[in-house]
Amino acid sequence: MDINFVIEKFALVTALFAISLVIAMYSTYAERKVAAFLQDRLGPDRAGPFGILQPLADGVKMFMKEEIIPGNASKWLFMVGPGLAMLCACIGTAVIPWGQDLNIGGRVVPLQVTDINVGVLYIFGVVSLGVYGVMIGGWASNNKYSLLSAIRAASQNISYEIAMGLSIIALLLVTNSLSLKEIVEQQHGFGWNVWVQPLGFLIFMVCSFAETNRAPFDLPECETELIGGYHTEYSSMKLGFYLFAEYINMFVSSAVMATLYFGGYNYPFMDTVAGLSWVTPNLAAIFGTLAFFLKIFAFIFFFMWVRWTIPRFRYDQLMNLGWKVLIPLAIANIVITGIVIAVIKF
Amino acid sequence: MGTSVFYVVATLSIIFSLMVIFAKNPIHSVLYLIVTFFTFTVHYVLLNAQFLAVVNFIVYMGAIMVLFLFVLMLLNLNKENEPNKSAFVKILGVIAGGCLAVTLVGSFKAVAINSPMVLKNPNLGLVKNLGKELFGPFMLPFELCSILLLAAMVGAVLLTKKEEKANG
Amino acid sequence: MESLSNKKKVLEQKPLNLAERMYLPAILKGLGTTMGHFFKKSSTIKYPEVEREFSINWRGMHSLKRDEEGRERCTACGLCALSCPAEAITMIAAERKPEEKDLYREEKYAATYEINMLRCIFCGLCEEACPKEAIYLDGPIVPSDYLRKDFIYGKDKLVEAPLEVK
Repeated sequence: MDINFVIEKFALVTALFAISLVIAMYSTYAERKVAAFLQDRLGPDRAGPFGILQPLADGVKMFMKEEIIPGNASKWLFMVGPGLAMLCACIGTAVIPWGQDLNIGGRVVPLQVTDINVGVLYIFGVVSLGVYGVMIGGWASNNKYSLLSAIRAASQNISYEIAMGLSIIALLLVTNSLSLKEIVEQQHGFGWNVWVQPLGFLIFMVCSFAETNRAPFDLPECETELIGGYHTEYSSMKLGFYLFAEYINMFVSSAVMATLYFGGYNYPFMDTVAGLSWVTPNLAAIFGTLAFFLKIFAFIFFFMWVRWTIPRFRYDQLMNLGWKVLIPLAIANIVITGIVIAVIKF
Repeated sequence: MGTSVFYVVATLSIIFSLMVIFAKNPIHSVLYLIVTFFTFTVHYVLLNAQFLAVVNFIVYMGAIMVLFLFVLMLLNLNKENEPNKSAFVKILGVIAGGCLAVTLVGSFKAVAINSPMVLKNPNLGLVKNLGKELFGPFMLPFELCSILLLAAMVGAVLLTKKEEKANG
Repeated sequence: MESLSNKKKVLEQKPLNLAERMYLPAILKGLGTTMGHFFKKSSTIKYPEVEREFSINWRGMHSLKRDEEGRERCTACGLCALSCPAEAITMIAAERKPEEKDLYREEKYAATYEINMLRCIFCGLCEEACPKEAIYLDGPIVPSDYLRKDFIYGKDKLVEAPLEVK
């Protein structure tokens, strides 16, 4: 194995990990700021200028808090839960193509940890594993509210996974590939998949709201019914892990939505920009990455905007929406896409 | 390197499958089962069957085991309310287990391992090749399987539906 | 029953039409509303640096007043303590000595005057009861503190500063 290859991958993984954590950290700050602005307030503004040191203060608080493990809790699983939630949230970034290949000293360095040819399914699998952290934590707490919340999380995830999978199938009919890199390359310039799959995108987006347990589908942590939900018994950094995992999940699903439907690192007039005399190929690739992150931040903002606008669904409404609306819609979408593709090819 | 990885993973899968049986707590048992499935996924990856690996990952680990865990959490099984098993049931269990062992041993003898199977096409596990294979020569069995699943689904829906005549 | 005021309006609950059942139009409208608020001016007042203007009938921290010549007006009659529903006020009276004539207006004055700010309910009855116009609740918000004993305000905190003669 090439030593350069190992170094390059190690650097990329480390960078991705750091970026995910920093973005998650500042998402907590952004969430509070966005909430404040939407409600005509100022939000945190005491720690540092405009309160930008607030996440650090929160982190220190989390570490300093007393660690409590409930008496009758299953100790080992109680500790595994948050770790698992965090792990599943973090490994999703591995297959996302963050930019075009860089050319460093004659070496082609892809900005993607691994381009497996089942990338879409990998993401899907990681997302479906995420619920274990919640379930194990909720069960191990030995608290009825946590347990109820864990059960809610499980049934919600399974229900919305189906609609999500079906909406992806319609997309795959269009792209003919499961590799995320190829899917992005196909959407060169402004030929984004959202133009051909608007309904599929809508279904996918609603499902990713449900999968990340974000409002309006945050029933597993609905405080009016379940106190704190699955993390009722958690304190200190274990609670921090759960909260963090939620924000990392939000980041990853924003990245996935941007990759699958909004062209990833492609942006309009990218060829014109790349054709300019002062733009080297590396610089063009970096512009693409910046465009990608811009899209991700837009999605993260959208997640927050929705959270502070729409009230929580009732549980039966959630299930009705998942099973009776989204799944039939997704199936109809597959059929229509199939017919259109067959007609075009014919 | 491939063989050593295989032996490590294989040992792990045997250990975890034994843990599934010996775990006292049903929830722990399910969790060990999940880890066992994960080792199976690694086996598939070692065989270069990426699609099968990912599907095993999504369907078994991500969906079916979640349902298992879900049901067990709802049932709340613990030592106190576990019904006492009578001697009769225990004897029956031993007989059934013995039968299974005999069958397994017999089948192993029948397919004596003389030459390990070699795939003609090592890339068969990749999505494209697998899809061509499934929807080409194996089209009929594949569709029949889906009809079987559909029938099971309809049956499940029928079972959950309340009979309206019984009420009125 | 017949409504007496005839103001009762019976709302008809219609089943949701297609647009309403799709949620989407309502969601978009809601998103529009919140986005409108995003660009509105925030109504927060950054408290310790900026203070909101008090209304004219605001009752805050007490102050013991002085007269035009800078003498304390309080004569320790005890009417404020008597009227106080929370029993927050205590005082010890003393007789004015001849050389203290420019310190206290009346012949009797309050040697100690204490208000327990944890008991006080800021009702303003002491202000109304005072015959000498010596106590007013015209101060700012009583600041917070860590110890109970620090909330018992003596004359050092209550008596207003003597007038500066220009």
